[in-house]
Amino acid sequence: MRLKTVWTLAQKEMRDALHNRWFVLYTLAFVGLSLAFSYMALAGAGIAGFAGFGRTAASLINLVLLIVPLMALTIGAQSLAGEQEHGTLAYLLAQPVTRLEIFGGKYLGLLLSLLASLTLGFGISGLVMALNGGGASNPTAYVRLVWQTFLLSLTMLSVGFLISALTKRAGVAIGIGLFLWLTFVFLGDLGLMGTAIAMRVPIDELFLLSLSNPLQVFKMSAVLDINRTLDILGPAGIYALQEFGRALRYVFLAVMALWIIVPATLAYWRFANRNDF
Amino acid sequence: MITFSHLTKQFGAYKAVDDLSFSVEPHEAVALWGPNGAGKTTVIKCLLGLLQYKGQITVNDFDAHRQGRAARGQIGYVPQAQSFYDDMGTLEMTQYFARLKRAPAGDPRRLLDQVGLGEHLQKKVGALSGGMKQRLALALALLGDPPVMVMDEPTSNLDAGARDQLLHLLAAVKAAGKTIIFTSHRVEEIETLADRVLVMERGQVRFTCSAAELPGKLGWRSQVKLRLPAESLDRALGILRAGGFDVRRNGVGVIVDVAHGDKARPIHVLSAADIQVTDFVHLTDVEGE
Repeated sequence: MRLKTVWTLAQKEMRDALHNRWFVLYTLAFVGLSLAFSYMALAGAGIAGFAGFGRTAASLINLVLLIVPLMALTIGAQSLAGEQEHGTLAYLLAQPVTRLEIFGGKYLGLLLSLLASLTLGFGISGLVMALNGGGASNPTAYVRLVWQTFLLSLTMLSVGFLISALTKRAGVAIGIGLFLWLTFVFLGDLGLMGTAIAMRVPIDELFLLSLSNPLQVFKMSAVLDINRTLDILGPAGIYALQEFGRALRYVFLAVMALWIIVPATLAYWRFANRNDF
Repeated sequence: MITFSHLTKQFGAYKAVDDLSFSVEPHEAVALWGPNGAGKTTVIKCLLGLLQYKGQITVNDFDAHRQGRAARGQIGYVPQAQSFYDDMGTLEMTQYFARLKRAPAGDPRRLLDQVGLGEHLQKKVGALSGGMKQRLALALALLGDPPVMVMDEPTSNLDAGARDQLLHLLAAVKAAGKTIIFTSHRVEEIETLADRVLVMERGQVRFTCSAAELPGKLGWRSQVKLRLPAESLDRALGILRAGGFDVRRNGVGVIVDVAHGDKARPIHVLSAADIQVTDFVHLTDVEGE
């Protein structure tokens, strides 16, 4: 694999992301909403102005859970399927580049674009808060949230790539991506709660089930970073901390790593073995 | 040199290419001719590594499957359908592919000038006409000066004027000594480019011949319409039928079936009988049984 070729392909993806109006809109929405959430975090207490880092991080968790998976899933879903539908993928494959380089370049380019967008959103919010004297409490929580969000975006990007490798049309891929987003966001909590109630699932099994949803893992990990406990997540949260203690962070990290690596690997395997260009 | 050895490609139960073996010598131009579904484009796709196949394909001693990148590095590819990045500038896209192909930095501008796109460097690719896009495809294919050119019906989507321009450029590519393999439905492409023609049907080679032999081998015939003075029509019909032509009346003229490459003969026959042909139109070339 030639790294220079991967970088050339990645640069093209970043260029395309800058020209993608949906990507720009997502970024603007994220910046705007994160500023708004920060402002409103203290509004309920009757205090106007930008909240401190710690309180804002807690508010931003829900924002991240909604927007970041949507952004990463749809961008990942378009990556290969969009080029195939347009006919440019076959032409690219006919050049002296390998499928691994193409996959790697596209993944790297979209990854860097996503991270740049998130950095911009978090960075502007953070800067505005700092300038408004909101740094008194816990900027570390904010930085940790940024890091957790990066990981979440990578998990969803990998899932998006898997969808893209399995489909030939961008519209179908995006549709599947949206369905998965709904599943992760809305059914994750409801599904777990409903299952727990209906089937009287033991606490330990409920916790394991929650690990199957990367959004749940992100939420638990982010809450743990801010609160240092998971009490607000109920019995499953209490169980998790009691069972794993300090290792819990590493459990979350390992699960997120699996959610990044496994879908991406499957996506590459599928792309490398396709026979229908 | 390109060699195809027992190439077979199956899509489910359907054999698109069936145990095909042939080679293309250095500096030779070989055309794959045949109807839709004959397997011509499938052969090209296998050569470019877009499809998995049985058998072996080598390009200048590089195995197209096991050494795909090296094999494709020997090839400049001109596709039939122009699928490019429409939102990129012409020069911008050419520079992008030049980096992928590790071509010299000066290649993009030089080649775009060579194909007549020197004044359209900043134009978006999507704004180029069909003929311009195909010339752009040729420029991209020539990046890095590959020894082999692979083309899939290079002029099929073009109007007559654009086709002539591109054929002129392709003739120059051939004159430069490139090894060429291309698929074609068009007589002009064969006549301009091909040294040898492989006539394919149902995934196999029916026969091989030179470009000059192809019309005769396929039993090609042409139809020409001759406009004649009304008072000469009946006499002309009689003379042409006596001369062995298959002819029928059509309005103020006649339609004559002639052998390919012999379209002027009925005009000469009528002229010898003092019948003036006031106008003529070449209607079509027809492939024989």
